[in-house]
Amino acid sequence: MVAQTSLFEQVGAVARRSAVGAFRQRALLFFPMLFPLILFAINGSALSKVTEIPGFPTHSYRAFLLAMPFVQGAMFVSINAGTSLARDVETGFLNRLALTPLRSEAMLLGQLGGALVLGTVQAIVYLLVGIATGVTFASGVGGVLVLLLLSITISFAFATLGGLLALRLGSGEAIQGIFPLLFVTLFLSSSSLPRNLIKAEWFKEVATYNPVSYLLEGLRSLVIQGWNAQALAKGFGFSIALATICLLLARPAMKSRLVRT
Amino acid sequence: MAMPHNDQGPAIEARELVREFRKGPRAVDGIDIAVSTGEIYGFLGPNGAGKSTTVLMLTTLLPPTAGSATVGGFDISRESAQVRASIGAALQEAALDAILTGREHLKLQATLQGLPARRRTERTQELLERVGLSEAADRRVGGYSGGMKRRLDLALALVHEPRILFLDEPTTGLDPQSRAALWEEVERLARDEGMTVFLTTQYLEEADALADRIGIIDQGKIVAEGTPARLKAEIGSPSVEVTPAEKDDLGLLGELLDGFGESKRGSNGSVTVQLPGGEAALAEIVRVLDSNNLRVETLQLHQPSLDDVFLAKTGRKLEGAGA
Repeated sequence: MVAQTSLFEQVGAVARRSAVGAFRQRALLFFPMLFPLILFAINGSALSKVTEIPGFPTHSYRAFLLAMPFVQGAMFVSINAGTSLARDVETGFLNRLALTPLRSEAMLLGQLGGALVLGTVQAIVYLLVGIATGVTFASGVGGVLVLLLLSITISFAFATLGGLLALRLGSGEAIQGIFPLLFVTLFLSSSSLPRNLIKAEWFKEVATYNPVSYLLEGLRSLVIQGWNAQALAKGFGFSIALATICLLLARPAMKSRLVRT
Repeated sequence: MAMPHNDQGPAIEARELVREFRKGPRAVDGIDIAVSTGEIYGFLGPNGAGKSTTVLMLTTLLPPTAGSATVGGFDISRESAQVRASIGAALQEAALDAILTGREHLKLQATLQGLPARRRTERTQELLERVGLSEAADRRVGGYSGGMKRRLDLALALVHEPRILFLDEPTTGLDPQSRAALWEEVERLARDEGMTVFLTTQYLEEADALADRIGIIDQGKIVAEGTPARLKAEIGSPSVEVTPAEKDDLGLLGELLDGFGESKRGSNGSVTVQLPGGEAALAEIVRVLDSNNLRVETLQLHQPSLDDVFLAKTGRKLEGAGA
């Protein structure tokens, strides 16, 4: 009989290590969190006249724009999760773990657990910055909690994507090379304008097919509209679908990385 | 801890073990190994000889292409979980997380190895003290020296009190002091705790100093196996190198030593003779030199080294053989 801790305890131990690692590398924590805030500050101030376009859904461009840092932050979380897992592959740390009775699911979920903690901290910071800059929430206090929940779900979904890429590519550099492509999806979405106000047809088309638009619109609906069941369903739906697909693909990849006879 | 099927059999046994990589040579080419319980087995060979591939197979991290092996009485392919529970391993280049402290590494390992919660802290402290890292326990591993990392690596391998320990080139890149400290600990583990140690190395003196038995591997095949003394005895006899006090005596010295075997004059003003009958002839040589009033500056007995063994078995010197 081989001694083994519960799946829950294994996930907890790996998640703790992942979170400690993320918080101790302050540069990796601070600058990725700061970058979306800088964009929020610049665009929120420079593009405030956009709200004068007929049909724009709110008078506060900051309120419209607030969803963007949440999604951008989640994308940074994906890179963090991906590069730290890839580093474990590269350094052989994963081999060390493979020699313990660690389940492959626990390794994957634990690694994502750390990313989840990071995503939660980021979401709280963005929320506080939003409140501090005068953004009000049409859905009230309950909406703020749902916004945090959706934001954490989105962070988790992107973290699973980062984890999948790490397991498939096994290289931190490769993950960082892919990151700009991920960022492009943010700008080819409804991040700066509502889809119905985008004039260029091709852009509107791309933004409509781009799932990132629905993540943004789910978050945004809680800030500027109140309770919009459809927007929330799409926001949660796309993020849960992304997480599910990535986890399903990552599981066999993790099994082969944690190669044991 | 997993219980073996058979406590009487070898702790490690490999039969015709093969590992072939796609588009590559046979890294391990049908090796047979039998390591007894409590033995330190040195697996000696140059870079790329197949040492690490063998360790990866025996520790269940790499499936063999052919052949079979048991570790701790468990089959490496069919009972891999039990094998892993029986072994500790410090693989090549200590794989540590630079951000975590030594204590955090040990606690993580203790949790994942399934130690009861109350035992984890206790075991962590025990191991930190044993490997001399108590003072550095709460420092991040990124700031550790190479020797400290290797000691932590060893402690991590011992967390779950395994019966068999695999050490893959544990002292590569270490300074002599750190190397000696690690040797001492490995010897203690085998002597005091009866642990079986499978140690790969490319250092002759390491294998010579530590191992009860040595297997020499080259290009995936075991080319020699035995105790260091037997291996050395197998390939040749000792030799005596004599340097006379007066250079003029070189001719006479050569004539006298020819009585014990074919002597060879060295470029440094010495004469060397092989002693086919062993070092027992040394006393007689001293008597003959003395009775002929030949004054000697130095007299040295040379035993064959493991390097001589490697040279005899492969036709190459071990140093640089892997290049």
